[in-house]
Amino acid sequence: MRPFDYQQAPDATAAVATVARRPGAMFLGGGTNLVDLMKLGVATPELLVDVSRLPLDTVAELPDGRVRIGAAVPNSDLAAHPLILQRYPVLSQALLSGASGQLRNLATTGGNLLQRTRCPYFQDASLPCNKREPGSGCPARGGYSRNHAILGASDSCVAVHPSDMAVALAALDATVVILGPGGERTLPLTELHRLPGAEPERDTVLAHGELVTAVDLPPGSHRRSAYRKVRDRASFAFALVSVAAVVELADDGGTIAGVRIALGGVAHKPWRAERAEELLRGAQPTETNFGRAAAAELDAAVALAGNAFKIPLAANAMVAVLRDLTGRGGNG
Amino acid sequence: MDKRISLLVDGEERTLTVDTRTTLLDSLRDRLGVTSPKKGCDHGQCGACTVLLGGRRVNSCLVLAVAHDGAEVVTAAGLGGGGGELHPVQEAFLARDALQCGFCTPGQVCSAVGMLQEAATGQPSHVTADPGRAVELDDAEIRERMSGNLCRCGAYVNIVAAIRDAADPGRTSGTASAGARP
Ligand SMILES: Cc1cc2nc3c(=O)[nH]c(=O)nc-3n(C[C@H](O)[C@H](O)[C@H](O)COP(=O)(O)OP(=O)(O)OC[C@H]3O[C@@H](n4cnc5c(N)ncnc54)[C@H](O)[C@@H]3O)c2cc1C
Ligand code: FES
Ligand code: FES
Repeated sequence: MRPFDYQQAPDATAAVATVARRPGAMFLGGGTNLVDLMKLGVATPELLVDVSRLPLDTVAELPDGRVRIGAAVPNSDLAAHPLILQRYPVLSQALLSGASGQLRNLATTGGNLLQRTRCPYFQDASLPCNKREPGSGCPARGGYSRNHAILGASDSCVAVHPSDMAVALAALDATVVILGPGGERTLPLTELHRLPGAEPERDTVLAHGELVTAVDLPPGSHRRSAYRKVRDRASFAFALVSVAAVVELADDGGTIAGVRIALGGVAHKPWRAERAEELLRGAQPTETNFGRAAAAELDAAVALAGNAFKIPLAANAMVAVLRDLTGRGGNG
Repeated sequence: MDKRISLLVDGEERTLTVDTRTTLLDSLRDRLGVTSPKKGCDHGQCGACTVLLGGRRVNSCLVLAVAHDGAEVVTAAGLGGGGGELHPVQEAFLARDALQCGFCTPGQVCSAVGMLQEAATGQPSHVTADPGRAVELDDAEIRERMSGNLCRCGAYVNIVAAIRDAADPGRTSGTASAGARP
């Protein structure tokens, strides 16, 4: 590991100022991803500015009914928070499906969002990888590609974003609060992460020194919501494919009044299934309609040598979640 | 870059100078001679390094020591509170023979102690059917909550039995007796 200096930021503004003016500085949350990548020689910061002790560690309802999650709230606390359990079960389920009890105690909201891909080529500093070393190539194409993207990938990168939490937040229409050297801005969560295009080294639209201070959830109860994660073992494994969905049925129960779906494990960012949503809005909650919507969403999917199974898996997982949430899915 | 830190390790105040790169695990093992936490993978994947940090179970291999100046750390060696006493979870591991080589055991017992506290405060898990209610630690719950601790010897059956005993000392024979000693 490269030598580095370590500081605890007195407040968020100071943390931002320090990191923004030092190109080699990075924020440190729980360290469960960053320290790992430093051991692997993938991350080589000169200075770590610890933001895990900033007073951004609460989950609270705002006056307008939104719920604000501080960037330093541990994943375990967030998953168990009564406001989250009562109003946003999909978020609690996604968090609890990720990592392990020990890791969730360390991992923070901000760090979870900003965690890097688990692509084995990215994590091995001795191999080429366009994300780690722009222009060096992508061995995942034509190499080990079982865990890689089927949607939105580019010639230069087929990595997927590994966060479960972010998939639930995408389906919840969450907003990210960002503090930069020039002040605060907010972004829809779905616009935080980017597709790789020709710049796979950029996971997000954040500029160097921009700090995530909070994530806001929309008001109201989102009880008819769920997260389903498909993986190689029953626990403590990253998603092959995951689905987060939030559904609202019309008062008579006969049609879908609102639906938001996000897929994990399939793309460089949490993938909002907008085509499927469009087809389902106002439609009857039937197995046929679920299947049609899933097929439309995955129409654009492109498989690599090792991950063709993800296309039917994602479609089936979408249908299963929608069926569970609507208590339907009979013939029709 | 060196920094001076102090840690309360298993009830003892320890002060040391660490390179900022030193993990809590390496500080404990190599600098303070506290070798009960084990280094299995050094990447958060096995749980052998689990300790209680400020009362919560964590992977000490992913924690930078310098970030936890002044923290309280309890390792498997300190769970019983000193004087050679064992924690009830450790007693249960012995009674159930919940180990073979023993390499994963210090991490398992620290993790189990942290996990039992989490469950007692009502924290749900991925397999909890009705989150928000009091948690009932059946075998599925124990397995899910302990999934961050791997055992290469595959002693899982008895590990689950030991934790079941420790969670509910009144229910020693229980439903699944597969883990009982012959
Ligand atoms: C063995 C293992 C299994 C795992 N399994 C899963 C899984 O199944 N599902 C899953 O979703 N995750 C999984 N994870 C990943 C885990 O969720 C992340 O490592 C964790 O959420 C990162 O949070 P952190 O606070 O530790 O971040 P850190 O490691 O501290 O930081 C990660 C990145 O975020 C940046 N950062 C931190 N805070 C902020 C902020 N406030 N604003 C801007 N940037 C910031 C850092 O500079 C760094 O680049 C696993 C990890 C391990 C080691
Ligand atoms: S040594 Fe820390 S998790 Fe394996
Ligand atoms: S007893 Fe040998 S690794 Fe668990």
